[in-house]
Amino acid sequence: MKGFVAVYRKELYSLFALPVFYAVAFTFLVLAGYFFYSAIVYYNLLSFQAGQNPMMAKQMNLMEMVLRPFFFDLSIVLLLISPLLTMRLYAEERKTGTMELLLTYPLPDRSIVLAKFAAVVSAFAVILAGTLPGIFLLDYLANPAWKAILCGYLGILLLGSSFMSLGVFTSSLTQNQIIAAVLSFGALLMLWVIGWAKSYVGSTMGEVIDYLSIVKHFDTFAKGILDSRDLLYYLIFIVFFLFLTLRQVATYRWRG
Amino acid sequence: MIEAEGLTKYYGPLPAIRDVTFTVERGEVVGFLGPNGAGKSTTIRILTCYMPPTTGVARIDGLDCFARSLEVRERVGYLPESVPLYAELTVKGFLRFAAGAKGVEGKKLEGEVRRVIAICGLENAAHRIIGHLSKGFRQRVGLAQALLKNPSVLVLDEPTIGLDPAHIIEIRRLIEELREEHTILLSSHILPEVAQICQRVLIINKGQIVATDTPANLTRQLQKSAQIQLRVGGQARELAPVLENLGGVQKVSLVDTDHQKLFVETDRSGDLRPEIARLVVAKGIDLLELKLVDLSLEDIFIQLVTEEPSQEGSQS
Repeated sequence: MKGFVAVYRKELYSLFALPVFYAVAFTFLVLAGYFFYSAIVYYNLLSFQAGQNPMMAKQMNLMEMVLRPFFFDLSIVLLLISPLLTMRLYAEERKTGTMELLLTYPLPDRSIVLAKFAAVVSAFAVILAGTLPGIFLLDYLANPAWKAILCGYLGILLLGSSFMSLGVFTSSLTQNQIIAAVLSFGALLMLWVIGWAKSYVGSTMGEVIDYLSIVKHFDTFAKGILDSRDLLYYLIFIVFFLFLTLRQVATYRWRG
Repeated sequence: MIEAEGLTKYYGPLPAIRDVTFTVERGEVVGFLGPNGAGKSTTIRILTCYMPPTTGVARIDGLDCFARSLEVRERVGYLPESVPLYAELTVKGFLRFAAGAKGVEGKKLEGEVRRVIAICGLENAAHRIIGHLSKGFRQRVGLAQALLKNPSVLVLDEPTIGLDPAHIIEIRRLIEELREEHTILLSSHILPEVAQICQRVLIINKGQIVATDTPANLTRQLQKSAQIQLRVGGQARELAPVLENLGGVQKVSLVDTDHQKLFVETDRSGDLRPEIARLVVAKGIDLLELKLVDLSLEDIFIQLVTEEPSQEGSQS
């Protein structure tokens, strides 16, 4: 992994030096705050009602009623913002010509791909860390299951990483950042809604499609369950798109 | 040190370069000259492992640029034509990144960055953001990154393009200083520059090498006639027919009668200057100036480049 650290640091610096990151972080955190607040307030209302109704009190579940919808809302915002974080990674380098520098330094292509991916995932982790104060507040007020919460965070991190691996790939396809973002958003949305086809394609095909659906695997994490099948799905997804990116980058040389 | 063997590169159906063959010895400074679009950058990009040739082999230090790309890239410092740099980084930040990318590690890194900053005179700009720098400074940053890790081969694509004269002189001086430690291949379409800096010139036109030699030799070989310029005190007009009768003189032309200036074109059989001098004095005219005009590299270049199209036409 020669040169990984150098490229990783540079990418991270570039991300934090450019305004896109701050716009994305601001939007993400404002929306996350709103979702969190709504979920808490709603839970609060239900709690008052449950005070009068012992049957209902038994069903009150912090993870199920606050955190699961919260994580799910985050995943929707993530769908919107992750193409914006990844779009410049390769498109910009090719547009400004810095790709020529990068490709003539003694760096293996895979170091570059991995470093870019790792940098953008790290930037996302920083943004995600901005939602933690809410969780700490929750911990102060109530008694949440920390392991389940961590599981949810792991899920959203994996989901984000998958989105971004696809984003890195679409960024490598074009010199235009907007096109990279649109392609990535379209592909992600398709993977998101592909599960809808399950109802009319027959049972075998339906299972395949169900497995492909990118959110379906997220739901188990959001519930606070760590299932190795879902973990594997995301890991394969990430490796697959990073591999495609690597192949795509190799074609730059041939096309000149 | 640098070897190109039958390099051909097609972009789609169009050949950018065809059968380009040359070598550059260790320690040489070679100028790569050609009009825009002649294939200079394509050749250079092959040598720096940016892309492989369609056919042919390029070698640096005996290593194949395609098969052993990573090792070759370790040995080559490259300044691309448009000097692409990361605009959002500071000069120092960028050089740190470049040093790291080239495999300079830990404690050595800071020292190496400081070294190239000093060579390129970037001390005062070290903490500025690259996007805010002037073209001249950007060029120096580009050169600085090429020098990191002290590569044995330097490939500079149009290092002085778009700079103002003061900066051109600075960059040129810098290259002069570097020649001692590096083998340098330098492309340009500015001739005086190449004539000044380089020991040898490769002229490329329409994707093919059309000449290679020292600037002085090229001038000598390609000069089909010698020109003598003379300035006299009296009537230059009267002198012209007399000079035309002299053996070896091909053509006499008056430049401007006010200044009494003449150009005498002679074949290269021998030096006619003493004879002309005697003749002018014998005529009772004052001889004010007499000198041999060498064809400049520029003239040769134009000659080579404009002769080519007719050959092209007959080939295709």
